[in-house]
Amino acid sequence: MNTVRSVRSVRTVGRCVLAGMVLLGAAPLGAQTIAITGGTVYPVSGPKIANATVLMNDGKVVAVGTNVNIPAGAVRVDASGKWITPGFIHANANAGLGVAGLNGQGEGRVQGEVNPSFNPAEGIDPAAFTIPIARTGGITTALLPPGGPFFPGQVPAVNYAGERIEDMLIRRNAALVLDLSSSSKEAGGGSRGGTMARVRRLFDDALEYARRKPDFQRAAIQPLSAPARELEALLPVLRGQEVLAIAANRRIDLENALRLIREYKLRGVLFSAVEGWQIARQIAGAGVPVVLEPLRDIPDFDGLGARLDNATLLREAGVRVIIAQGDPGGERNLRYAAGNAVRNGMSWDDALEAITSAPAAAFGLGDYGTLQPGKVANLVIWSGDPFDFSSAAERVYVRGQLMPLDTRETELRDKYRRVPLP
Amino acid sequence: MNRSVWLAGLLAACAGGQAQAPAAPAPVPPAAPAAPAAAPYTDTLSVDRPQYPSTYKRRANPPVLIRNATILTATGQELSNASVLFRDGKVVAVGASVPAPADAQVVDGTGKFVTPGIIDTHSHLGVYAAPGTAAESDGNEATNPVTAEVWAEHSIWPQDPQIPLAIAGGVTVMQVLPGSANLIGGRSATVRLVPARTVQEMKFPGAPYGVKMACGENPKRVYQNRGPSTRMGNMAGYRAAFIQAEQYRARWDKWLKDKKGDPPARDLRMETLAGVLRGEISVQNHCYRGDEMAQMLDLAKEFGFKIRSFHHAIEAYKVADLLAANGTAASVWSDWGGFKMEAFDEILENAALVTHAGARAVIHTDSPDGIQRMNQDMAKAYYAGVRAGIPLTRDQAIRWITANPAWVLGIDQLTGTLEAGKQADVVLWSGDPFSVYSKAEKVWNEGWLVFDRLDPKHQYKTDFNIGQTAPGVGR
Repeated sequence: MNTVRSVRSVRTVGRCVLAGMVLLGAAPLGAQTIAITGGTVYPVSGPKIANATVLMNDGKVVAVGTNVNIPAGAVRVDASGKWITPGFIHANANAGLGVAGLNGQGEGRVQGEVNPSFNPAEGIDPAAFTIPIARTGGITTALLPPGGPFFPGQVPAVNYAGERIEDMLIRRNAALVLDLSSSSKEAGGGSRGGTMARVRRLFDDALEYARRKPDFQRAAIQPLSAPARELEALLPVLRGQEVLAIAANRRIDLENALRLIREYKLRGVLFSAVEGWQIARQIAGAGVPVVLEPLRDIPDFDGLGARLDNATLLREAGVRVIIAQGDPGGERNLRYAAGNAVRNGMSWDDALEAITSAPAAAFGLGDYGTLQPGKVANLVIWSGDPFDFSSAAERVYVRGQLMPLDTRETELRDKYRRVPLP
Repeated sequence: MNRSVWLAGLLAACAGGQAQAPAAPAPVPPAAPAAPAAAPYTDTLSVDRPQYPSTYKRRANPPVLIRNATILTATGQELSNASVLFRDGKVVAVGASVPAPADAQVVDGTGKFVTPGIIDTHSHLGVYAAPGTAAESDGNEATNPVTAEVWAEHSIWPQDPQIPLAIAGGVTVMQVLPGSANLIGGRSATVRLVPARTVQEMKFPGAPYGVKMACGENPKRVYQNRGPSTRMGNMAGYRAAFIQAEQYRARWDKWLKDKKGDPPARDLRMETLAGVLRGEISVQNHCYRGDEMAQMLDLAKEFGFKIRSFHHAIEAYKVADLLAANGTAASVWSDWGGFKMEAFDEILENAALVTHAGARAVIHTDSPDGIQRMNQDMAKAYYAGVRAGIPLTRDQAIRWITANPAWVLGIDQLTGTLEAGKQADVVLWSGDPFSVYSKAEKVWNEGWLVFDRLDPKHQYKTDFNIGQTAPGVGR
């Protein structure tokens, strides 16, 4: 642990230096005008543009195209031969919530099964060593879902940059999670039927509570199925103001999720959806986006129909697909998950959308996910195709700020380049 | 939410889980090939009756000629526009122009690549089978810190639906290991990935047994109440077991020489460990930390055996010189890490640095997901090394998943490269196996076409798949 601490403090010192420059009156890095020239730009909002310029100022994209006026004094970055994409958005991220995957060091879960009011945001550690590693994979924005069965809590959306949680947070409650997979059977007393009944009871009680708050306060109302603060936390979802992210894998669970979305007129997003391909047209018809892990193909009793072209089949049916990744290699492998979706039939453009504009649209992050004037300047300069192993992120900007690409791993590598140590 | 659904499963399967921790690798000498001639394994000397012999039979096949392909031979060459011919289960010729025999099936390899069949030194397929119920959790005999008496092959379920998924990834041979709950977890089995009803039909003829040993966190966590509960307790446990094994071996050696009186009592646990001491059974050692690898190399010296490979050797790069000097291989991942304390110091350049130091690196999986895309793990580790400026060739990288694992399993005289006389374990790739977009298109296991992406007739289904799962191999 000592090693970790010391590396971390070194890095914190580095950040303090940057902050000091700001205080001394140098223009904040994000406020600089930067022109990235000569690269092939994938704005996602439209077709790729060869030999284009991206102009950024004050943390925002100002212009994108082949005919951009570069103001005098702008910092120029030559990106000839490079690929430029928006920063990627990982919709099922973990980096920052605790210390890697260490037991007892997680921050994404609290006890119990009815926790709609729980938000893991204040457990995010901006100095977590996993965040710079995630950025090397081009991830600039993350949704951090809580873990646990049934109603585990709220999903904060963050940028992977900043010294304090407030610097990172884009939206505190980007979604509420409901787990309808096999993991939640116990919450329903041992049967999916029980789980669904309990969801409806909670939703109905929340609506009842909202209608009759004065009666509730006078205790002139029948006991409700959860504490008031938990029912209160369900209301934005029931009023259509917040996304309900429903985890489900089996076809019957996915159909149950669609029933809830229809009955309560919810803004639903499906998560995981291993057997989604079996009801792709239903999902498309309901206009519900799907967050999935495209490499999940091993059958189990929470999804015997697992197959590698789930993403492809859903997309072909017209579903807005969002790609996530869950292997122990970490968030940085999101781009390879997208590449593997292409390997298994998805178009390259759809796969890029699936880690940029699609998650932005699904979770109400409208300022993110594309390179257009006015959008937040999260972008990555790649040595080549970002989905393939031969390419790497060469520059990563978050809110117009160039982020360091050194990590705990690169420091270890450089220490042990030659053994035995001198 | 989904984290619990997705990650929990993954991490349980790999290094974290109590029930199924990964195994450790074993060792090898410097990049130079030629493995120490593994004594053909003939059961332990203390018994002369047959013990669960292989009933694997090579399938008769017409000769196959792949033409116009790029061939990565794993012997130092990458041949463009070349051909490979195999017949009767053996590679006949590899080169720029190989004439087609009249009876050959000719496969046009234009734009495609050919490699040896992929070999995984670390799998739990069959012993932790899908669909992942407790009923099939057969990988850790976690009832005693030393269970050298158990054999992984007695747990392998040939109908594990993960097996055809691995075949579709170009894997032809794997070592199935017991889990890492125990200091000494039992014997491994080296098997061919072929459709089979019994594990005997998969057992690789002539492959020596390995024994799974585990360092570090897993054994001391599993046995914290009865011991060992510390790393020093782990070491004491290995030493006590090998001291006993030395005595057992001496008793048998004496009896075998004199043949006087009744033979000593058989002890399955000791038979395995005596096999290690005699050099007949290779040590496959789950060991994450470099300092622990050094302890284990000293343990091996104390008792006069070799560690063939460390597995999950996250910190191999820190002791790559020791690995090279001891002829011990490092079976590693490309980028997994951080999921527990002993996995904290994972770096992307591990395989590259181990190779550069003259030790033998292997990419292994310990994962039913990873085993489907071992070429991708190889590519990640290769490009990480190249980007860091570590001298490395594509041939060295392809050996991480072919020739080097063959050496770890003691079958490198038989398979692992494409050269005349080797077994015809061959993969035809749709494109460069170093690219994310490429897929294994055809897989021959000793000449038998066990997978053809373009022909469902050659896409094997296990009994578990029948009537309830989707076609698993995608497009």
